[in-house]
Amino acid sequence: MRRMFDEELADLDTSFKEMGLLVSETLEKSVQAFLDHDREQAQLIIDGDKAINEREIAIEKKSFEMIALYQPVTTDLREIVTILKAVSVLERIGDNARNIAISTIHMKGTKRVPEIEELIGKEGTQVAKMVREVLDYYVNDDVAGTENISEEALVVTESTRKIRTQSIKAMETDSEAVEAATDYIVVGGYLKRTSDYVSDIAEWIIYKRTGKIVELNPGTSSYL
Amino acid sequence: MTEKILTTENVRLYYGDNEALHGINLDYDQYGITALIGPSGSGKSTYLRALNRMHDLQDNVTVNGNFMFKGRDIYAPDTDTVALRKEIGMVFQQPNPFPFSIYDNVAFGLRISGEKNKSVLDEKVETSLKQAAVWDEVKDDLHKSALSLSGGQQQRVSIARALATAPEILLLDEPTAALDPVSSHKVENTLMALRDQYTMIIVTHSMSQASRLSDRTAFFMSGDLIEVDSTKQMFLNPTEQKTQDYISGRFG
Amino acid sequence: MTEQDMAALNLDAEQPTSNIYKMGDDQEIALSTNDLKVYYGDHLALQDADLQFERFKITSLIGASGSGKSTFLRSLNRMNDGVANVEGNIMYRGLDINTKDIDVYEMRKHIGMVFQRPNPFAKSIYENITFALKQHGIRDKKVLDERVETSLKQAALWDEVKGDLDKSALALSGGQAQRLVIARAIAMQPDILLLDEPASALDPISSAKVEDTLLELKDKYTIIIVTHNMQQAARISDYTAFFHLGKVVEYDETRKIFTRPKVQLTIDYVNGNFG
Repeated sequence: MRRMFDEELADLDTSFKEMGLLVSETLEKSVQAFLDHDREQAQLIIDGDKAINEREIAIEKKSFEMIALYQPVTTDLREIVTILKAVSVLERIGDNARNIAISTIHMKGTKRVPEIEELIGKEGTQVAKMVREVLDYYVNDDVAGTENISEEALVVTESTRKIRTQSIKAMETDSEAVEAATDYIVVGGYLKRTSDYVSDIAEWIIYKRTGKIVELNPGTSSYL
Repeated sequence: MTEKILTTENVRLYYGDNEALHGINLDYDQYGITALIGPSGSGKSTYLRALNRMHDLQDNVTVNGNFMFKGRDIYAPDTDTVALRKEIGMVFQQPNPFPFSIYDNVAFGLRISGEKNKSVLDEKVETSLKQAAVWDEVKDDLHKSALSLSGGQQQRVSIARALATAPEILLLDEPTAALDPVSSHKVENTLMALRDQYTMIIVTHSMSQASRLSDRTAFFMSGDLIEVDSTKQMFLNPTEQKTQDYISGRFG
Repeated sequence: MTEQDMAALNLDAEQPTSNIYKMGDDQEIALSTNDLKVYYGDHLALQDADLQFERFKITSLIGASGSGKSTFLRSLNRMNDGVANVEGNIMYRGLDINTKDIDVYEMRKHIGMVFQRPNPFAKSIYENITFALKQHGIRDKKVLDERVETSLKQAALWDEVKGDLDKSALALSGGQAQRLVIARAIAMQPDILLLDEPASALDPISSAKVEDTLLELKDKYTIIIVTHNMQQAARISDYTAFFHLGKVVEYDETRKIFTRPKVQLTIDYVNGNFG
């Protein structure tokens, strides 16, 4: 028997996935723009943030409406709650992509440190990959897959620490590099936080599937 | 382990040769509300009625299994069913006051058991109507016909009538199905207020009522008890797929 | 009823075919009431009811017992005639159907009613549906067969009963009986279906089947339903009107009524906060 609720839930799910794709693409572009010192692209990302926020609001509104109209229970309730929680995490990932873009514009004309930028490039690629992966896990209801996320998050933590140490070293040895190095630390922080957000989404995928609320990265979320 | 007030074991019920309940095991702690849910024909009302021997009135029904109420066998040959139904009272779907005054309705069971003292009756009528949360609305009209009341008031008077004989267990068969949401709400409030003093077992078709009202929910289907658990667990994370489907409204 | 009125209503009792019941495609309001007042004797049971019902939508009427919602519904196809005094206009296709000269019998072919308790006749399933058609002069066996099949299909009952059309309708389950009664109503090919708590006597599964049926039917019919079940109103209707003490308190899109109603009385009622 067909339930209107099922159709609306499928639509909601699709909107969530679409927003996920948009956010993960935006993050990748933002990291690339940072590495390419592409301020035009960075501006496009900043301008695009509004669209991401609007999607979040639309999904939240629809979720509230479905809860009010259908009063879902069990798996139906968990799916809506998962989307409702995960969508605001996606929005914050979008904010990080925007913040990285702001740093890109901010770094205009300062002296760069290529070795650190290489580290940031690697970490950015890694984090963008995690965002894509966690969306795949969501789409496939893949709880087992979410275990990878914790390991990947540890790699990101380690690399963020490295970016930080090297940036501090660069500041100590070359006063002209201070401005860029400050931004490297900031961008490293954005990426680290994004990987924490990916863990949050993974936790909600586990909740959706099992009804259990878990903590995937105890301790590692505190900033270095 | 807490003492169970009521235990039912391997309950099988037959209409003629047709087995309608296939071995139900359920027991009840003292106090609190257990909701029995399930589609029509699932056996939940049939089971409820077996608890105070309502099926005795029908010829072709056979009830097997163990029913122990406070250590006594409900189906023992020497059970006085009238006395039993005072201890295990029943409230039906359609409010069914007798066509006499509110007072006489509530005093009915007491008089049957021989209570004649006016002041005792007065006191019991007042207490029961208060417990059923309908006293304030009817106290000045106790000698008016119960049939002049609204559906929700009639149902609460029916509850008062059941309470007057000081039962331990109250069986409720869809007690709000015939009422509008406002009257249903009043009846639900009444039941909520009684949950600390009585053991209540309620059959309901309203899933939201079961989730609002009960401490424990039992799901019946095709004469089987599929799952019983705390209401929280049943509505958040039931074990059985059948339960999941039914309470999410995913039917067949 | 004058010739002109008959023409305006497209009433042709001789040979009803589906197309003559159709309104122009530009018509968006199927039915509207204007300052409707209902008196039971001296008692004013309903006042100030100005509602417009959009075509091909489901509108729910909700409210406590005594709020006037059923009284309102019954006024729409003159079920209150002889019971209550109904003042005001009920506009249907440009005609005020709340006037003496309206042929109520004809009008109810256009505005059909389904009641709370399934009430099939003690006849076969087939005859339940053809009974009223025969009364209206349709005798052609082929037409009758076709009407029976179509309306049972529309009421989502065909697959369950197609082999048993000659069996007594009283043998059906409650949910099936209610869908049969809906089939009986739509066999007359009405524009508008009025339903008075059609699922309240049914268990959740049968109730869900009736709800599904209504959702299927709204492509072809305008549906107005009285329900005590707020979740049902929320699930199936496009518009919801909340009645309280004989007045329409709020009338809006269902999703608005259930997410952000404007009037405190409505907020309390849909929250189940009954004071």
